[in-house]
Amino acid sequence: MLQTNLKHIESADEHKKFIEENENVMICCGRMGPMCVPVYGIMEELEDEYTHVKFADMEFDNPDAHVIRNAPECAGFMGLPFTVYYKNGKIVKATSSIQSMEEVRAILDEHFKQ
Amino acid sequence: MEEIFDTIILGGGPAGLSAGIYASRGRMSTLILNEGTVGGQMVLTHEIANYPGVEAINGFALANIMKKQARTFGCTIKGNLRITGYDLQGDVKTIEVNGKDIYKGRSVILAPGGTPRTLDIPGEDKFKGRGISYCATCDGDFFTDKKVIVVGGGNSALEEAVSLTKYASEVTIVHQFDHFQAFEHAVNEAKANPKIRFIMESELREFSGDEKLRAVKIEYLPTGEITEMEVDGVFIFVGYKPNTEPLKDHIALNEWGEIVVDPQMRTNVEGVYAAGDCVVKRYRQVTIAVADGTIAALSAMEYVNSTKQLEQEAGQV
Repeated sequence: MLQTNLKHIESADEHKKFIEENENVMICCGRMGPMCVPVYGIMEELEDEYTHVKFADMEFDNPDAHVIRNAPECAGFMGLPFTVYYKNGKIVKATSSIQSMEEVRAILDEHFKQ
Repeated sequence: MEEIFDTIILGGGPAGLSAGIYASRGRMSTLILNEGTVGGQMVLTHEIANYPGVEAINGFALANIMKKQARTFGCTIKGNLRITGYDLQGDVKTIEVNGKDIYKGRSVILAPGGTPRTLDIPGEDKFKGRGISYCATCDGDFFTDKKVIVVGGGNSALEEAVSLTKYASEVTIVHQFDHFQAFEHAVNEAKANPKIRFIMESELREFSGDEKLRAVKIEYLPTGEITEMEVDGVFIFVGYKPNTEPLKDHIALNEWGEIVVDPQMRTNVEGVYAAGDCVVKRYRQVTIAVADGTIAALSAMEYVNSTKQLEQEAGQV
């Protein structure tokens, strides 16, 4: 399990339920590595501000993380973490490798307008 | 009445958090403002095995303990914000955050740390995460049986190059000089590895590809000749730069952008101190940052207490 304060998604079933039950979802799929940890930190910071978005992480090495690793939107990704944004259960954006606060905000503001 | 903190610490790495622990435990009202993830570069370290008193711990866990310690003593910590303005002159210093919020302090401790350098050449942004990486431990397995380049000549570059040979079919180290800055044992290990080859006195000029990185242009510096090389991945380890660019008009920096301090961590501006990887020094270690932060906090405490006493005496006259 990742050592973050985010909600942890631990199975494909839980992932399916989470994205179906919540309109706006951001999931960061990674390890506790230098490119991943900053993204978890940004998500923890933004949780209170973007209350209409549900944030979660998923361990990249969890076999069930294939739901993110093998998503067509992540084809060609070669850098952790894979960060995926869902609207009504569908992927609307995916990014590879470290992202800045500004980059994450821009995606949330564009795809998850209130 | 608006709050004036006894000290505002800019940066939440080991230097800033240590300063926060000492200042708040010394009954100073203390605010830490941090632009990134609290913990700084320490959180990016998989294992810290040489921090005295702790046998082995990952950087993220150590940062969380320091953060908790600082908060326990009453320190306020705000992370992932943008510092947009500084006024470090005068008895009360002001820091502007996110272009709107103003925080005031009797003293300021600068601990903004450093950031990995990028190459800033065409294609770097486009192929980040699609062939360009800054972490072999994180992304090495995406390059199994593929050809990669490692850019750099320091310890990190050579050690990561050796580590990448576990995955890649071929690792080429590209370095701008004709010799390496890394320790001799790291150089020897890389040179002894049959999967590693070297392109010296050369720099990358451009990344190209489609959905993924496919090739790089490399300039041989003595002649200016540019060649193209097909490659699947590039790992960049070209050192760190201090995060002091926004401070250059406010505080004395040396030619490398490092903050100049005296042994008490005082800068050239009264009431302003600096600590950690942003100051002039030979070695950059968590233990040294922690020591810097401690000294800076104690110096700031002495300064704030003496100015408060002077104000009291002036009020009594």
